[in-house]
Amino acid sequence: MAFFSDTALLFRRHFRLLMREPAYIAFALMQPLLFLILFGPLLTKLPAATFGGSTSGDAWRFFVPGLLIQLALFGSTFVGFAIISDWRAGVIERFRVTPVSRIAIMSGRVLRDVVTLVIQGILLVLVGLAFGLRAPLGAVLISLGFIAVVAVGLASVSYAVALLLKSEDAFAPLVNTVVVPLVLLSGIMLPMTLGPGWLQGVARISPFRYIIDAMRSAFAGQYWNTIMLEGVAVAIGLAVICLYLGSRVFLRENA
Amino acid sequence: MAIIEASGLARTFKSRKREVHAVRGVDLTVDEGEIVGFLGPNGAGKTTTLRMLTTLLRPTAGTATIAGADLLRDPVAVRRRIGFVPQAIGQTMGGTDNQAKVIEELLDQAALYRIGKAEGAARAGRLISQLDLSGLADRLVKTLSGGQRRRLEIALGLVHEPPLVFLDEPTTGLDPQSRSNLWDHIRKLRSDLGTTVFLTTHYLEEADALCDRVIIIDNGVTVAAGTPDELKRSISGDVVTLRVSGPAADAQELLGVQPIVRDVTFSEGDLRLTVEHGEEALPALLRVLDGAGITISSISLSRPTLDDVFLTLTGRSLRDDSHSAGPAGDPELATAAVAASEE
Repeated sequence: MAFFSDTALLFRRHFRLLMREPAYIAFALMQPLLFLILFGPLLTKLPAATFGGSTSGDAWRFFVPGLLIQLALFGSTFVGFAIISDWRAGVIERFRVTPVSRIAIMSGRVLRDVVTLVIQGILLVLVGLAFGLRAPLGAVLISLGFIAVVAVGLASVSYAVALLLKSEDAFAPLVNTVVVPLVLLSGIMLPMTLGPGWLQGVARISPFRYIIDAMRSAFAGQYWNTIMLEGVAVAIGLAVICLYLGSRVFLRENA
Repeated sequence: MAIIEASGLARTFKSRKREVHAVRGVDLTVDEGEIVGFLGPNGAGKTTTLRMLTTLLRPTAGTATIAGADLLRDPVAVRRRIGFVPQAIGQTMGGTDNQAKVIEELLDQAALYRIGKAEGAARAGRLISQLDLSGLADRLVKTLSGGQRRRLEIALGLVHEPPLVFLDEPTTGLDPQSRSNLWDHIRKLRSDLGTTVFLTTHYLEEADALCDRVIIIDNGVTVAAGTPDELKRSISGDVVTLRVSGPAADAQELLGVQPIVRDVTFSEGDLRLTVEHGEEALPALLRVLDGAGITISSISLSRPTLDDVFLTLTGRSLRDDSHSAGPAGDPELATAAVAASEE
C-alpha cells in the first residue's frame, strides 16, 4: 500500500538526516545515562522496602522502568520542534504538493522517533545492568514495547501541535507545562505510594501511571495480572487517540 | 489548448468576527506551452491564488481544471501533474533541507512521486546537468550558493516531468547574474521540455523579458491579461516627444488634427504626442511636418512600461511595493493577520 511505502520512504529520509547530527545523537544518548549515574545511586541508599522489595536490586527494578518512561515522555513530546523548522524551510509544503500520503508526512517521522527511542532504551537497560539491575528479558522487551507505543502517540500529537502553532516560542513552554506534571505524577523518581492520599488520587489521572505500574510489574516477574491489562489498554488507547488527532491535523487542507 | 482554466476562484479566511476576502474572483486561462507571469501588489491575492491552484489551499468558491484534472474533485491527480517551486524568501523557504545532499533531495523527490529507483536516478542525473548542478551532487544543501540552491529547488519541481510548473518568485533574492542565468533555464523548460510555466514575480523586467503573457491581480480580482506589449498599448499608447525649430504652436495645431494622434501637449519646448502604434506613427508624423515645411530638431519615441500599466490598473506602483514588502513574508497572511488583530 502506498501509505506504508511513503512512510518507509520518509522514515529513511528523516533517519538519514538525524544521523548527520552527531551532537544531537550524543546528547540524546547521554541524557538517560546521566539520570542513571547521578540519581540511581541515591535510590539504592533508601530502604529497599520503599520500593516494595527487600534488596538493593529492587531499587533498580523500580528506577529503570521509570527512566524508560521518562525518556519516552521527554524524547517524544519535544520532537515537534523539528517540524517547525522543516515547515519554515518549506519542506512540509514541498511534500504536500506531491502525491505522497499526507499522514505519511507525520508517520514517517514518528517511526524514526520510535526507532531512536528504542535504541536509547536498550542502551539505558544495558548500562542499568552494569549498575546492578537484574531483570528478566521478557520484562525488558515488554517495557521497550510500552515505550514504543507511548512514543507513537506522543510524537504524533507533538508534531500536530507544533504544526498548528508554527512557533518554537509558543511550543516550548506549552510542552514543559504538560510534560513536567506528567513526569511528576507518574511516580518515575519515587513511588507514588509515598505521597498523601490526594496526590495518589491525582496521579490516577496520568495515563503514564498505569503504564509504568505495568512495566514495574513485569520487572518484578509478574506478566499476567490486571495491572498489566490496564497498562496495555491505557497505552494502546492513548496511542490510538493521539494518532487520530495527529492525522486530522496533517490531513487538514491548510496545515 | 488550455492547461489552466479557472473561473471565479475565491478564498475567504475567517477570523473570529471578520471575514477576510483574500481572493474574490480569479478568472484565468493559461495555454499549453506558455510562460505566464502573475503580477499583483502585495496583499492582492497572488500567493493565495497560487496556493489554491497547487492544491495547498481549498477554494471557498469557483472551479478550476488544471492539467486536465478537476482541482476540487481530484486534487491528488492535480498534484501528480504539476510541479511547484515555493518562494525562497519570507515566512517559509524553498523546500530544501540544509543537511541533505543534492542527490538525496532529487532521489527522495522522485520517490515521493513514486518513480522507480533506476528511473529516479536517471532523471536526477539529467536534471543535474540540465540545471548546471554538475559536481554538486554530493554537496550538502547548506553549502550551495543562492543561485545553485534555487536551481536545485526548480529541479525538484521537475523530477516527475510535469506538463505544468508553478514558480513562486523564482528569482527573488538572487543577484542580477544568477537571475538572468535562471531566466535562461526557465526559457529552456519550455523550449526543451515543452513545460508550461506559471510564475509570480515582483520584477517587472522579469515579466517583460520572460513572459509571453501577464495576468494582473488586484484586490483579489484579476484585472487584466495579455502580452506585455498589448497591456502597455491598452493603457496609454506610445509617447512621441519632439522639438521643432520655429513656432511650436503651428506644429501643435497641425499634429492635433492627425487621426493617428490621440493627444498633443506642449511644455518646456517639447511637444508630447500620444499615439497608438509608435513605430508606425513616426514616419507618418515626419511626412506631415515635412510637408508643412516644419523642421524637426529632435524626436524620440518612448513606450509605457509595465509599471505604467500597473499604476493605471491598480493605483499602485509595483516598484514601491517590492521595496516596502522586502523579505517580510507572506503578504496575504500578513493582511489577514492585520485584519484579525484590528478587531
